[in-house]
Amino acid sequence: MEFSPKILALICTYCTYTAADMAGSARMQYPANVRIVKYLCTGRIDILHIMKGFEAGADGIMVSGCEAGSCHFLEGNLRARERVEYAQHLLEECGLGAERLVMYEVAASDAPKWVIAVKEMTERVKALGPNPLNSGWVPEVVVPKELELAVQR
Amino acid sequence: MIIAERKPFAEIKDAVAPYEKVLVVGCGTCVAVCLAGGEKEVGLLASQLKLARGQNGKASQIGEITVERQCDLEFIRPLSETVAAYDAVISTACGAGVQFLAALPEMKPVFPALNTTFIGVNEEAGFYTERCRACHQCYLGLTGGICPRTMCPKGLLNGPCGGNIRGKCEVNPDRACAWCEIYAKLEGEGRLGLIEAILPLHAHGRSTTPGTVIHPAYKRRYGAHE
Repeated sequence: MEFSPKILALICTYCTYTAADMAGSARMQYPANVRIVKYLCTGRIDILHIMKGFEAGADGIMVSGCEAGSCHFLEGNLRARERVEYAQHLLEECGLGAERLVMYEVAASDAPKWVIAVKEMTERVKALGPNPLNSGWVPEVVVPKELELAVQR
Repeated sequence: MIIAERKPFAEIKDAVAPYEKVLVVGCGTCVAVCLAGGEKEVGLLASQLKLARGQNGKASQIGEITVERQCDLEFIRPLSETVAAYDAVISTACGAGVQFLAALPEMKPVFPALNTTFIGVNEEAGFYTERCRACHQCYLGLTGGICPRTMCPKGLLNGPCGGNIRGKCEVNPDRACAWCEIYAKLEGEGRLGLIEAILPLHAHGRSTTPGTVIHPAYKRRYGAHE
């Protein structure tokens, strides 16, 4: 079976999420490998969130925020970039490799760019192979009991 | 406060390689402020260890705990029980904290995660500079609040030396000469006369052996009263 990477996308609600939403509304096709986590601003993304993502078995993580200069909170995306660079350094140190973590900038109106970013990330992670932490690990879908009950209510 | 830098990850990883269960103990005071060994950095180091060990498929257990201060028995004493479930301990405290932790009864082997660098100040977020050598004798009242022991590479008490070039240090021309700065500061404060006073020889002997300080109010308790 072909390797289908699990990619975590940590994105800001104002720019990238809007672009991703627009891509969906416009029926643009892109690989279904990304799992989106929406932040109010990429400035809120902590290096620990990224590390825990890899610990949990993500094959790649993409952080995507507003374009430089257009952050709704002025410099959240710039801080995110600094943190991503530091996280890349930490990943390199522990042998997982910095290439599994990439920062993108996608403006709210730029749905095609989001599609390109996801395609590029998917190709990149496919080339890198699975996260060595879950070699032989088969993902299973488990719906927690509480969640099931909540849905029934 | 005490400033420290984290050791390269490979050094830490290799040190604890023989141990399966490792506890990372953080310190929530100085090293937390200089972003080297607080709760966040403990989380990052533990995460890195898990990622590195997981790649080899090696079963390991990495625990995390951060105490208020590792240089205070009150905070580290309870760790004697916590470490029972582990084979080794990584401390992200300064050298003092690591030694205090290692001296606890029932303690497992302790490994430092930081290189303690100096006593310094927080210039800006992530930017720290040295200010004090803890030399047992403070001259700052006579030198306009600029430490000649620390800021002058030669530690001259009666400067400047002949090597300063237009107010720059001959050891590092990018830096200002400490004694030129002291001169300017004293001049600005109208107490330039102080520069003529010859400071006596520094008591270097006090810095060569581990120091002890007993507060006068506690002399009876520690049997040190006259």
